[in-house]
Amino acid sequence: MTAFVLRRLLLFVPTLWVIATLTFFMVRLAPGGPFNAERDIPQAAREQLMRQYGLDRPLGEQYVTFLANAVRLDFGPSYKFPTRQVREIIAEGFRVSAELGGWALLVAVLLGVPIGVIAALRQNSALDAAAMAAALAGVSVPNFVLGPLLVLVFSLTLYWLPPALWQGPESRVLPVLTLATAYVAYVARLTRAGMLEVLRQDFIRTARAKGLPERRVVFQHALKLGVLPVVSYLGPAAAGLIMGSLVVEQIFAVPGLGRYLVNGAFNRDYTLVMGVVLFYAGFLMALNLLVDVAYAWLDPRVELR
Amino acid sequence: MSALPLARPAVEPDTAPGPPASLWSDAWRRLRRNRVAVPAAFFLAFVSMLALFAPWLSGLADPAAQDLRLGATWPSVAHWFGTDELGRDAFARVVYGGRISLLVGLVGTLVSLVIGVSWGAVAGYAGGKLDELMMRVVDVLYALPNIFLVILLLVFFSRSLLMLFVALGLVQWLTMARIVRGQVLSLKQQTFVEAARALGATDPSIVFRHIVPNTLGPVIVYTTLTVPAVILQEAFLSFLGLGVQPPAASWGTLVSDGARVLALFPWLVLFPGLALSLTLLAFNFLGDGLRDALDPQDRRESA
Repeated sequence: MTAFVLRRLLLFVPTLWVIATLTFFMVRLAPGGPFNAERDIPQAAREQLMRQYGLDRPLGEQYVTFLANAVRLDFGPSYKFPTRQVREIIAEGFRVSAELGGWALLVAVLLGVPIGVIAALRQNSALDAAAMAAALAGVSVPNFVLGPLLVLVFSLTLYWLPPALWQGPESRVLPVLTLATAYVAYVARLTRAGMLEVLRQDFIRTARAKGLPERRVVFQHALKLGVLPVVSYLGPAAAGLIMGSLVVEQIFAVPGLGRYLVNGAFNRDYTLVMGVVLFYAGFLMALNLLVDVAYAWLDPRVELR
Repeated sequence: MSALPLARPAVEPDTAPGPPASLWSDAWRRLRRNRVAVPAAFFLAFVSMLALFAPWLSGLADPAAQDLRLGATWPSVAHWFGTDELGRDAFARVVYGGRISLLVGLVGTLVSLVIGVSWGAVAGYAGGKLDELMMRVVDVLYALPNIFLVILLLVFFSRSLLMLFVALGLVQWLTMARIVRGQVLSLKQQTFVEAARALGATDPSIVFRHIVPNTLGPVIVYTTLTVPAVILQEAFLSFLGLGVQPPAASWGTLVSDGARVLALFPWLVLFPGLALSLTLLAFNFLGDGLRDALDPQDRRESA
């Protein structure tokens, strides 16, 4: 187990290096600089800016400097907001995004797993069909369609919840719900499929045959294996939540990392975009490792190598 | 006594009742009986026809024709989905938006299909160091949330439709490569491959003429599920303003535009959103149906 974790951690380095290199060259070789968009900058001022950010150095030197700094999580000042360090922006934005994403994930698991278990236990009943139809609808309605619709109903018609801004607990409800819905649905479908698979197996029949109450069969024996697909889905789910947070933060004016990234992309804020992308890549890799370990811990049949 | 008496089948093939059903006819029969996949397929056919023939439909308004005096109006007999702030017919705009959305979905999928199948087949067939290297590349790309790559490509290069195709296709092939590689790994052990090799077939011909056609089932299923994924990503990007650029409009652009005037003209979000959601739903239904039809044993992925 320890060897496995170490090996995976060692893989982080080349992977992050490849991503960093890819991002760096993609950004630097792209047409247009970050200061070209500003109109009427005197030539001297532009040169001064380029010097300040080291953009006048040869590309190779810029690359080495970038890598050396990136190791220390130092991505330099933002191009658009020169008084702010990218590192600070990431720290600030991620706190908000993590809260949003964390709640969404929690909602997805706490709602999705029970729905899936119930649907599996009542397989082919009307309840099962209704739950799965709802789940499919939930998967199919994109969050950027759902978000405005929720705002329309709960903010603009019923006046129950604020339509935007990230202030106070009630302002969390709609963004979290918008982000979580697709994952509730997907987790429910995964749980159902996993439970159906497990409930067919011999050890469940044995458990029933030896007279265990159905409750124990389902919750102690079946559920532990039945949620395994959900556990391995948590990695992709986190990636999806990050992607979803880009639009959700836009719709609800949430000051998270996704918003910084999208705005940074529009502004050609090179340092900010690279910093955020690298940060999220590392974050997701760490998370995936965690998921793999959790999976092995839950399923003794899996051997980590 | 022959050398391999145990290899003889217990039932002679010619005693089986009726003609043998091939995988495809069997799958077709199962698919036709699917109560959601068939309507989904009809719906998709309808939407595609509408999108394809939109310029020649005489009843359809010009999606770009403005009527500023009319402005935004509720849905009516004259304008089924209402009109937008500029008095443009929202139904026509949704139909023309579908043209872009479906086109991006299909082309993006095609790009990912070509890359994914080739990559996976070569890696799986070659095995060894090359396989290891190719799959490591896939792992690395997997670690990067693909939307970032798309955003980077679109922002730093250009926001043309062509770039959108390429960018979306470039990030969607990873799963396909893994699926095909897994299939190839097991297929290349089978006797028909050995037979082909014994007959002197070259490696490329073994891979692309003998092995790849046998991976078609999972590939079709995954392709059907990739189309809505690409459509969704395009809409997502267009919503953020990074995708299709005006005056062209996809469903994502329409939802994005509508969301800005949500409080006043809610139907401008509702209809494009509905068109997009129903299309995605239909693709997912069809994909599920195809999976059940083509691979009835495989229940692991049926979530």
